[in-house]
Amino acid sequence: MSQERPRTTRRGALKCLAFGGAGTVFALAGGVFTPIDLAVAASDRTGATALGKPLFVQISDTHIGFSKEANPDVVATLNRSIDVVNALPEQPALLIHTGDITHLSKPAEFDLAQQLFSRLRTTEMHTTPGEHDTTDPTVSEYFNRFGKASGNKGYYSFDHAGVHFLALINVLQFKPGGLGTLGTEQLAWLAGDLKGRSSSTPIVVFAHMPLWSIYEPWGWGTGDAPQLMEQLRRFGSVTVLNGHIHQIVQKVEGNVTFHTARSTAYPQPVPGEGAGPGPLKVPTDQLPGMLGVTRVSVVKHPHSLRLDDTTIG
Amino acid sequence: MTVRQLLLPYISALLLAALGPCLSRADSVSGDSTIVMAKDFMFAPTSLTVAAGSTVTWTNNDDEPHTVVSDSGLFRSAALDTNESFSFRFAKSGTYHYACSIHPRMAGTIIVR
Repeated sequence: MSQERPRTTRRGALKCLAFGGAGTVFALAGGVFTPIDLAVAASDRTGATALGKPLFVQISDTHIGFSKEANPDVVATLNRSIDVVNALPEQPALLIHTGDITHLSKPAEFDLAQQLFSRLRTTEMHTTPGEHDTTDPTVSEYFNRFGKASGNKGYYSFDHAGVHFLALINVLQFKPGGLGTLGTEQLAWLAGDLKGRSSSTPIVVFAHMPLWSIYEPWGWGTGDAPQLMEQLRRFGSVTVLNGHIHQIVQKVEGNVTFHTARSTAYPQPVPGEGAGPGPLKVPTDQLPGMLGVTRVSVVKHPHSLRLDDTTIG
Repeated sequence: MTVRQLLLPYISALLLAALGPCLSRADSVSGDSTIVMAKDFMFAPTSLTVAAGSTVTWTNNDDEPHTVVSDSGLFRSAALDTNESFSFRFAKSGTYHYACSIHPRMAGTIIVR
């Protein structure tokens, strides 16, 4: 890869994304994504760092406890993802896990996950549970370990570097045949939380299931997300992050950028391909290129955020 | 007795065997224990009728975990990994709707007579 940083065209970058190997950088400036070949950015580390101050890293769908053919060693791939994060030239202050920490909500799975996370150089970790984390009969294993920040409600907000973060939960009130749900209580809390906040405050929202409809037959969406988006409409910069679907899908709508992250455990099929959203078996040598983490940086503080997706391949 | 009369029971049996998979979507069973499979992100049969006092066992045949959660809160399984099962005994008659809380489109009904 050339050492000079060429102006990468959108077409060129999308072509690079199609190969899927090295990953792609997505720069967000003024609400518009500009994809840049990650290999180009990575070839000049000082240059890449200068593009933005690291704000946080997103990790998702670690599925500790999974051991099927699609990836018999999810601990190894999480460890490699942690290595990617720990090797960042500048450590971000925060790490956000967008759920499905475990595969079966078992105490031993949560314990192992926490043990693995303890190797992260990033000191502050925020989480929201996935539906795989809340299947124990009393829905307490996740909250016993990660519920403190939200007072066991699952939703809370915090501020960091001038950015307002909203941790939301949409996996507790499933309606049969339906999508994820935020619920009236959480939406009412949100209205209070946002009230009086300046519209110029950059907002980062994260939840496990997509907060926009990606594929309803597989439940890849949140039924009452439009009520959330209505509340966020007045803000100049909104970044919405999710996991759940184990692949990168994104869109920009006005000032809102939606992005779903890769899993560190196993890929899932593209929407509608196959019987359902189960583990996708790919040739072993292709797996690392389908797993990874997302890094979010402040480009022009505090008005624009940049998202870099890095695979462990 | 004509040839047709002689063959009738066999033809009926063949027809039943052929139609079996279709009929199984709304099985009626009065045994003590009945199995519902979770496969390809569906419960099969999706509707099952049992006698009061029967025990229904759900078995997961997918690579992906599933749960069995009653809409009314009457029963709730833990996440069932591949080949794991969950059983519940239906003491009273009624119609019981349930779904997988991980994949809520997977829904089923147990009718207890």
